[in-house]
Amino acid sequence: MDLLDPTALLGAIPYCRHLGVRAEVRDGALVLVMPYAPHLIGNVTIPALHGGVIGSLLETAAIAQLLWESKSATLPKPVDINIDYLRTGRAVESYARARLAKQGRRVVNVHAEMWQDDESKPVAALRGHFLIAS
Amino acid sequence: MTDWLDHAAKMMGQTPFLAGLGGEMLEVSAARARTRVPYGPHLVGDPETGVVHGGVITGLLDHTGGMAVMGVLREPVPIATLDLRIDYMKPATPGLAILAEVRCLKVTHEIAFVRGAAFHTDADDAIALCTGAFMLIRGAR
Repeated sequence: MDLLDPTALLGAIPYCRHLGVRAEVRDGALVLVMPYAPHLIGNVTIPALHGGVIGSLLETAAIAQLLWESKSATLPKPVDINIDYLRTGRAVESYARARLAKQGRRVVNVHAEMWQDDESKPVAALRGHFLIAS
Repeated sequence: MTDWLDHAAKMMGQTPFLAGLGGEMLEVSAARARTRVPYGPHLVGDPETGVVHGGVITGLLDHTGGMAVMGVLREPVPIATLDLRIDYMKPATPGLAILAEVRCLKVTHEIAFVRGAAFHTDADDAIALCTGAFMLIRGAR
């Protein structure tokens, strides 16, 4: 996969294609975009995105940011993640971005946020540790 | 199984997300909830190794956690995940089905706490462990 091309980066990962997640560069920063699709729904009554979809998007944002910043060809391995669900994920397009809070030699601490219409009102937030190839 | 658990099982078993993964519900009871997702090419997170994406594990544990909460509730109460922590103990083995088993340890009027694991065949040899809290939305529309 071409790590300098964020779109190709996620297109090479089957589960990202399943979710329909793609990456874009906006103002020099990586933003993940996940258009609404019926198979992302967890609660059909509301309807709301599944918590697992939200977690998957956030974890993918963290991994994409790590690959993008490190220019590494080796996928980072998640060690642990904490996800806070702040608002209902509605059946609309979702976005996520991540930043490396602390870059160690082997372990990186990453923070990621997901939002929908308004970036100042996050739907969910992730904190996690990832192992990277040294 | 009570009528309510039948209903909950049917509802959670037919969730579009779980169906999209190719997963199925195995059990929902007051003791625990269990789900299973067979290995599939659409779940892969690392194309070089064929290891499934961490998000699949997270999704399965979140879903099974919600089911575990429903298993201990005696009436239909909408729930929402408040937070979820996942510890990834080892990569899932490509080609093998993944099982999730979650128990609801405590329910208060508003919050339910769960613990669980994802594994292939042995719960003591986990792929991932989870700890989560769910909000009970009583008096919802």
